[in-house]
Amino acid sequence: MMPRTSVTLENAERPSLLRNTSERWGLIAVAFHWTVALAVIGLFVLGLWMTGLSYYDPWYRQAPDIHRSIGVLVFIAMVARLVWRIFDPAPAPVPSHKRWEIKAAHVVHGLLYAGLFAVMISGYLISTADGRSISVFGLFEVPATITSIEKQEDVAGWVHYWLAIGLIAVAALHALAALKHHIIDKDTTLKRMFTRS
Amino acid sequence: MKSHPMKLMPLTTAAAALALSFAQPSTVAAADYVIDTKGAHAFVQFRVNHLGYSWLYGRFNTFTGEFSYDADKPEESEISVTIETASVDSNHAERDKHLRSPDFLDVGKYPEAKFVSTGVQMNADGTAKLMGDFTLHGVTKPIVIDVYKMGEGKDPWGGYRAGFQGSTTITMADYGMTYDLGPASTEAEIILSVEGIRK
Repeated sequence: MMPRTSVTLENAERPSLLRNTSERWGLIAVAFHWTVALAVIGLFVLGLWMTGLSYYDPWYRQAPDIHRSIGVLVFIAMVARLVWRIFDPAPAPVPSHKRWEIKAAHVVHGLLYAGLFAVMISGYLISTADGRSISVFGLFEVPATITSIEKQEDVAGWVHYWLAIGLIAVAALHALAALKHHIIDKDTTLKRMFTRS
Repeated sequence: MKSHPMKLMPLTTAAAALALSFAQPSTVAAADYVIDTKGAHAFVQFRVNHLGYSWLYGRFNTFTGEFSYDADKPEESEISVTIETASVDSNHAERDKHLRSPDFLDVGKYPEAKFVSTGVQMNADGTAKLMGDFTLHGVTKPIVIDVYKMGEGKDPWGGYRAGFQGSTTITMADYGMTYDLGPASTEAEIILSVEGIRK
């Protein structure tokens, strides 16, 4: 019995870099965070750019295909991220954070999660409004489900556009807050999103 | 039970009026028809050339209209049709969304398109030129629609119907729609299939 206990203790003292500790984020959570961040910023820029393309532009058909495909992949990543969050609880807030900062951060994180899903679902509802499925890089198809909302492609399009702008605004606030902690407060808030504590 | 002659009186007058109105159509020269959009025996369709390689068809699902027509005096016919532009349907949701956007129909700003006839010119072969003002995308222009009557007569359900087929071609830029679809796609052919039920 004794050796076993010591092994467990050793594990608790030197946890895998992949997983979160109470002080810092693990590699998997970090990878989820930055991959999704990069993809979402890319999707936002791509979305704004592609909707202004002329009919004869070589990207006129390809850019929306890429936008839809990446969007579906981000959706899958976000579901996996939420599931992972259950198995790998988030670290405790940085001790120097004030109570209102912790509260505000939680609200912003909640808005980011909810906003991401709302933007992705509304985008899906545009492309599948007439029952067509979405081809993800030609690898697999996501079938249509809801198709009977009145003027679905217009309603979903409006929601998709404005929520995307709102999401980017909230993400900018989130990033500014992280920079504030890093530069002004000089705490580990941003550093620990790179697995450092 | 006591009867109520005062209450019965209007009923009998109504019945008499009803009988009169039924007798009337045969004596009136031009009959008025309502376009059968309720039963969807009328279609406002269009087609635009795609890249010079094929035809793309679409239609407007929601419109209303009326016409008056007398086979003996067809040149006195009149018609007006109002189209809900947001009802555009090209069998592709993303394209329809684009067609409703400011690039094309701009349905938020111009929710209605309208055709009001101004005259009819009969051709020797029995077809006709239907002249009128067409309002689309906020621009009103005179157009000529080539029409012919397909037929008229009693329907199997006690009504009387008359049906026409028409077509015209418009240049989209004339109506302020300048989105570049390529040199082969500057025009839209509008195809009308109209069946009216006599009032």
